[in-house]
Amino acid sequence: MKKKLSKTSINGFINYGIVTAAFLILQLMIAQGMLSNTLKSLLVPVCCYIVMAISLNLTVGILGELSLGHAGFMSLGAFSGIVTAMALPEAAPGLRLVAAVLVGSIAGALGGVLVGVPVLRLQGDYLAIVTLAFGEIIRNIIVVLYVGLDEKGLHITTNSAGPTLGEGGVMVIKGPMGAVGVPKLASFAAGFLLVLITLFVVQNLVASRAGRAIMALRDNRIAAESVGIHVTKYKLMAFVISAALAGAAGALFGLNYSSTVSSKFGFNTSILILVFVVLGGLGSIRGSIISAALLYILPEMLRGFEIITKARMLIYAIILIAVMLTINNPALKNLLGERDLSLSGLLGRLKSGGKIKEKGGAGQ
Amino acid sequence: MSFLSNVLTGVSLGSIYAIIALGYTMVYGIAKMLNFAHGDIIMVGAFMCFFATGKYGLPPLVSVLLAMVVCTTLGIVIEGLAYRPLREAPSLAVLITAIGVSYLLQNGAQLLWGADTKTFTPIVSGALSLAGGRLNISYISLLAMACCLVVMVCLTLFTSRTRMGKAMRACSEDKGAAQLMGINVNSTISMTFAIGSALAAIAGVLMCSAYPVLSPTTGSLPGIRAFTAAVFGGIGSIPGAFLGGILLGIIETFAKAYISTDLSDAVVFAVLIIVLLVKPAGLLGRYVPEKV
Repeated sequence: MKKKLSKTSINGFINYGIVTAAFLILQLMIAQGMLSNTLKSLLVPVCCYIVMAISLNLTVGILGELSLGHAGFMSLGAFSGIVTAMALPEAAPGLRLVAAVLVGSIAGALGGVLVGVPVLRLQGDYLAIVTLAFGEIIRNIIVVLYVGLDEKGLHITTNSAGPTLGEGGVMVIKGPMGAVGVPKLASFAAGFLLVLITLFVVQNLVASRAGRAIMALRDNRIAAESVGIHVTKYKLMAFVISAALAGAAGALFGLNYSSTVSSKFGFNTSILILVFVVLGGLGSIRGSIISAALLYILPEMLRGFEIITKARMLIYAIILIAVMLTINNPALKNLLGERDLSLSGLLGRLKSGGKIKEKGGAGQ
Repeated sequence: MSFLSNVLTGVSLGSIYAIIALGYTMVYGIAKMLNFAHGDIIMVGAFMCFFATGKYGLPPLVSVLLAMVVCTTLGIVIEGLAYRPLREAPSLAVLITAIGVSYLLQNGAQLLWGADTKTFTPIVSGALSLAGGRLNISYISLLAMACCLVVMVCLTLFTSRTRMGKAMRACSEDKGAAQLMGINVNSTISMTFAIGSALAAIAGVLMCSAYPVLSPTTGSLPGIRAFTAAVFGGIGSIPGAFLGGILLGIIETFAKAYISTDLSDAVVFAVLIIVLLVKPAGLLGRYVPEKV
């Protein structure tokens, strides 16, 4: 019998297709010189934010736990990745980048275990607060950290005079000034590959037995527990994978700029990524990709207009509130007969030719 | 002496946090939402007082009252326009909306009043000298502690003795049942936002008098810290917010004095995490076990 592809795997392939097509089109446009320098400089950060959004979606949309400190893992990845890249000055650029991203993801995963083991016992808003607190602690600690490299190895101190380095030593992280003199190793192709890897990891996780267990925990923890799903194990699995991916994205992000400060990864960044995820649709990976790309580029595009520049963030805030009010408007929901008015829901409607899909559900 | 003066600084800073945290905790208790815009209402209150005293030369008491009126109105308007339509929506949608409101207030203030840091004129100046000048307490610290006590006592009396207070407690317990008993849930929630925002205005003026800098982002960090204080003491509980605020102020001051100025935030949040691990509902919060 021929094996038929399930709907989830078809959906997954569509996601790979969208990302690859976007990459090829953009490469073509770069080759033709159709992209301005501003847009070109946005390509790597957009890839990083797409990875961040997909990985946060794993925690918020698929595991169903609110995290307000996702940028903390990005920060861990960024700074450990930068240190790794600086520690290997002899290696080929590609190798340095791969090593940095790997170390970044390991650092993110370790952070995830450190936060996850004690914290995942808490629920709802308390978990949100602890993740927020964790993000702030990371930001705060990196501000007082001085890291230097010489041939004897790594020197770390919190003394503002910095560590005493041997001959030919370089400072990597200079406390409040952050990491300086970072080699710009990141490239759009690397970003594209990272997005593909993230998609591969998350989509396969979601389609696996573990993924079903994670979603069962989200939908009804008590019922899931009573059929023998190990709550802590699966929660931790999702949380750590999410943190590891965020760490990898952070490493790539850090290596895209010649200097990075830890305040780049504060509470506001965590919130920004959460906004991408919520507007893209909780649990929808395609929604996360599209909304992260659009919403990251949109404020940058608004810079182009004279009047809008000053009120840019004000407009962003108003759009955000208006969108949240509209997609949660009960009257509008009844009118459209849709439960999900987020980006992914709307995409679904577009695909089905605007037909109202009858969704199973009691009391409808 | 430096220990005692640190304690006093901590308690007065904690009093300000406690006043903000009371607003957070009341709104959370009744509307079950994290109102991230609360910190920015503090900023608006401080700006109102800044303009009233600095530009129009009004006496401090009048400008504080003016700030309270403006913030109360702002709180009610925000609740009515942004949060009320989302009463039935998932909590994440409300959270994102609150963040949107916070951005709106911050960037609105930036457009209206400029992004530069302003120097706030304290509403009371001077300090009380004790023990032959070895221990100085500024009047603003004393005022903060007094305000916090008064607010705390008034709120406790209000929630336990008045009809409105009873309605608030009923709504926070079970909105549906409260509505069946003839309580107007919407106006009760509006009232909660009004009280919370008025408290935020007081806290804003006190905070900017104690640490006299003012910018559109002044409110966000104290907002997060006060929120931490509310969680620390057990969110939804009024005595908890008071206790959490004071403790947080003391911890922060001590961390600044004895560990490191840069690490004070890290210490505060680390203590929060430890407390939540030992007592998952906060110090005075009620732990509600799940029933199957």
